[in-house]
Amino acid sequence: MDALSSLGDGFLVALTFENLFLALIGCFLGTVMGALPGLGPSNGVAILIPLAFTLGLEPTPAMILLTSVYYGAMYGGRISSILLNIPGDEPALMTTLDGYPMARAGKAGEALALSGIASFVGAFLATWGLVFLAPLLVKVALLFGPAEYFALFVLAFATLGGVASKNQAKAAFAAALGLGIAMIGVDGQTGVPRFAFGEVHLYDGIDFLVAIVGLFALSEVFIFLEHRGDGSGEGKDSQVPMGRLTPPASMLKACAPTMLRSSLLGFIAGVLPGAGASLGSFISYSMEKRLVDREGTFGKGDPRGVAAPEAGNNAAAGGALVPMLALGVPGSGTTAVLLAMLLALNITPGPLLFQQNPDVVWGLIAALFIGNLMLLLMNIPMVGLFVRVLKAPPRFLMPVVAMVSFVGIYGISGSSFDLLVMVLFGLLGWILRKLDVPMVPVILGVLLGNLMEANLRRALTISDGDWSALFASPLSLALWAVAVCGFVLPLALGPLIRRRMRRDEAGSTSD
Amino acid sequence: MTSDRVLGGVGLLLAAFFIWGATQIELPFISDPVGPRAFPYLIGGLLALASLVILIRPDADPVWPAIGRLAEIMIAAGAMVAYALLLPDLGFLIATALASAFLTWRLGTSPLSSLVAGVCTSVGIYVVFHLILGLSLAKGPLGI
Repeated sequence: MDALSSLGDGFLVALTFENLFLALIGCFLGTVMGALPGLGPSNGVAILIPLAFTLGLEPTPAMILLTSVYYGAMYGGRISSILLNIPGDEPALMTTLDGYPMARAGKAGEALALSGIASFVGAFLATWGLVFLAPLLVKVALLFGPAEYFALFVLAFATLGGVASKNQAKAAFAAALGLGIAMIGVDGQTGVPRFAFGEVHLYDGIDFLVAIVGLFALSEVFIFLEHRGDGSGEGKDSQVPMGRLTPPASMLKACAPTMLRSSLLGFIAGVLPGAGASLGSFISYSMEKRLVDREGTFGKGDPRGVAAPEAGNNAAAGGALVPMLALGVPGSGTTAVLLAMLLALNITPGPLLFQQNPDVVWGLIAALFIGNLMLLLMNIPMVGLFVRVLKAPPRFLMPVVAMVSFVGIYGISGSSFDLLVMVLFGLLGWILRKLDVPMVPVILGVLLGNLMEANLRRALTISDGDWSALFASPLSLALWAVAVCGFVLPLALGPLIRRRMRRDEAGSTSD
Repeated sequence: MTSDRVLGGVGLLLAAFFIWGATQIELPFISDPVGPRAFPYLIGGLLALASLVILIRPDADPVWPAIGRLAEIMIAAGAMVAYALLLPDLGFLIATALASAFLTWRLGTSPLSSLVAGVCTSVGIYVVFHLILGLSLAKGPLGI
């Protein structure tokens, strides 16, 4: 019961006025960002990172703020899914299938409340999962040497695209791009400059925060400019009557088993590398459909079809924190961004984090419990407030997003050079998104490139230059095997899963 | 098809440039067995391989925006570059008001309301981030 007493200490850390206030702000901002189509958890967290950093927050409060945003965005995504049939972010896609029909049937309020409760259940159970699973994983991770870590990084890249990845060549392209960017600057081990071409600004390398904010936040502004006027992303007036805001007890009872099953599945999907929240909600929905959809009501406004993906994606969000905290290897885009925050604060996640900074880990986990409760309270009675936010037209909002990004980055370095690099990354992000090249591997490459290289060189220094040392231990062999499978499997399974996702989607919208 | 061919081609060039850049890294006298060049070679190789596959098996083309819209994006990027360069001279308040007014205008608001929105955004960020949160922003000629 080590975990429980640590968690108790964590609550002592989290229950200060400052931390509670930050959690509240984070939950609120997160829900807003999740609700707005176009801004998702990863952009939301990306915009706030430089701010949290320049405000000089301590590691624990900074992480509390950002993870509250992360959990909040997972809640917020459902609002526009249900009311407008536009997913607020990617994981909320499956919620449109039954949420929108419910809203059309005059049960928008019930759908919102039910999905809020499902989100709570998913996130709550997943946070418990995090409490118990993360320390176990840390024990495994303590066996890792440099060679194993190198294999683990390869695994993270190989599986990042996920089982539903469209084009593995493009994922590899993105990873190489990110890793290449990470190489710019002075080599940490020998002190020679690399790829700087005499430019002094490049000696320090490219700040990954600059890259992240450019790729995620600014590219969104460009995407919006591109689509200006064709209605996509434009805040539609929701004419949907809300109806009652509390789901009847019978509905909750009917959905309870669904929520529990979906939470478990979602959590597992979150922990596994390369799955993430989108897949968590998809798996949960399809399993529930297969299990309980006897009358064929799924896709026509079945409450269970709302509860399943919401419990699933929130549980996956919690699950994705497990490998990020315990191994230092994120399994999803948003956790990659969270990792950037930790690295910016000079904290290296992984097994040592649990030993050296237990206050950060357990304070964070306690804050997740607190934030989750806040989110439940915020999202049931106050959901009307967020619905109003949806009506804010993006043409006013997007410039604010851009300006806040600039302020954050300028605050860190005070240099115009970084701002220019950020604009370049914004354009790059726009091009990559047009070409369907995933951006998360780029980010992960920029973030982990140097750590990955350091581990490789450490492993080979120990073996005195013998490359077979990378495949010497059974543990590293197992990691390599998973990495290869994770990369090859989507080639076979990807088309299948995508077809099924499309069919589910098409089947419900044609009704 | 064409878009991905271009992407693959650019990727190959980039990989070649990257590997050339790696050969230019000077080797220190004392180094670990791997040295500073090996990992960049690996990355360059991966980039070349991925680009080659993209070149050989391209996806369908995305829908590119019309030339006018493309210009719009370039102009917006140009405005951001101008913002970055002028920020130290104009100071936060003026530069931000101008830049966000411009973006709001380009996103389809009437010029007058854009100007109002720009000023509001600028002052709003100034109040929240500078006055309340104490973040240091670029000082302008007005001394604020």
